[in-house]
Amino acid sequence: MVVVIVEYRIDRRSGVPAFQQIVQQTKQALRLGVLVPGDRLPTAKEVAETTAVNPNTTLKAYRELEREGLVEPRPGQGTFVRRTLGRPETGTDSPLYAELAAWMSKAAGAGLEQEDVAALVASAMEKQYAAGTTAATGSTTTRSTGE
Amino acid sequence: MSDGMYAGKPALEAYGLGMRYRRGWALRDCSFRLPAGRICGLVGPNGAGKTTLLNIAAHVLEPTNGSISLFGEAPGSAESGRRTAFLAQEKPLFRRFTVAETLRLGRELNPGWDQRAAEDIIRAGNVPFEAKISTLSGGQRTRVAIALAFGKRPELLLLDEPMSDLDPVVRHEIMGILLAEAAEHGTTVLMSTHVLAELENVCDYLVVVSGGGVRLAGDVDELMSVHTMVTGVREGDGLPVALGHHTLVESRISGRQFTALIRPEGPVTGPWETDTPNMEELLLAYLRSPDAPPLVTPTAQVHGQGQAFGIGTVAA
Repeated sequence: MVVVIVEYRIDRRSGVPAFQQIVQQTKQALRLGVLVPGDRLPTAKEVAETTAVNPNTTLKAYRELEREGLVEPRPGQGTFVRRTLGRPETGTDSPLYAELAAWMSKAAGAGLEQEDVAALVASAMEKQYAAGTTAATGSTTTRSTGE
Repeated sequence: MSDGMYAGKPALEAYGLGMRYRRGWALRDCSFRLPAGRICGLVGPNGAGKTTLLNIAAHVLEPTNGSISLFGEAPGSAESGRRTAFLAQEKPLFRRFTVAETLRLGRELNPGWDQRAAEDIIRAGNVPFEAKISTLSGGQRTRVAIALAFGKRPELLLLDEPMSDLDPVVRHEIMGILLAEAAEHGTTVLMSTHVLAELENVCDYLVVVSGGGVRLAGDVDELMSVHTMVTGVREGDGLPVALGHHTLVESRISGRQFTALIRPEGPVTGPWETDTPNMEELLLAYLRSPDAPPLVTPTAQVHGQGQAFGIGTVAA
């Protein structure tokens, strides 16, 4: 018996297209380990029933995930997870998480509001990752920043 | 991407459809094509001809001009009658029948009747099968009418303002059932509404009628992608001159700022913010601007229509 493991939440006011919300929520579930290889994603019919989203929208999201190699359709059975996005460093028990938590409590101690912290994190993240060197995936591709 | 999936066979084609009542024209030269398997919103202001169009498709009315075809057949034919279900706005049901008798009528009249599908819809709303139609609330009556339409297992479902008397919870549930049924059986749906928010994420196809004619028709993603919302500082009394070579749908000036919905005819360059419109913005812009040039994308054009509108070149 297959149970439905994730249920999508579609925010109609967010301005983010529904198919992208499904892609993002699936990836988030893969990152957090809620979805693991072998799991079946809900069918377009099931998503339509729970969220009243057009089935073609769900299929479009699944095609996108398939293109990225994360899921695979099995004819007559559904769409299944192929690989996970989780890695040991992203769990809440990792040393990196502990360091971040310690930093957050320092920030709170210094009187920073949630928005201040979010702004700091965003700008540090921008500096680290936006230059084009994708250190996160260990890839060596560098995007030219010149015009 | 669009070719294989979207170019499919038409479920409905309208050719120069016109309908004249004593008070004047309700529909005029209305042409469009709805590919099979799509969920299409039929949008327009009150009195735009939505109900007339659906009634012609359901063979309740005969058009004054033009014709309509359902799966290649005329609306009156036995074949199209069997493949099509129509849910009228006033949800006509026999008031003295019970719910069970109403479903029995559906079973007797329709060879492909699906009793289980119909019963499931009734049961999900806890409507008693032995209750007389006349004792039901508006929402319950709508549910029975929807069960009757779904039980027929139509290939084309014509719905006239189906959700108008339902509360938000039931509305969401019924929409979910509708989309799930469509997903399972590949049903084509043509659904009129003037609640624009109801359409986002539900419809993948749109037909906008206003002033009796088609203003906008086509695949939703395609329609979105050929429009751009531009915001910036106004120039003198109006829009920046540099925007002039794009097709303007609607523009508004407020203070020093302008907002315009355009169909770009090339790169949009200038000190402006550009964004993709959402469905509501797109629909409102067309509904507010009856003089904007109509747009019917290739998959929504009937034979020979491309030239008439001069828009045969919209990229998918």
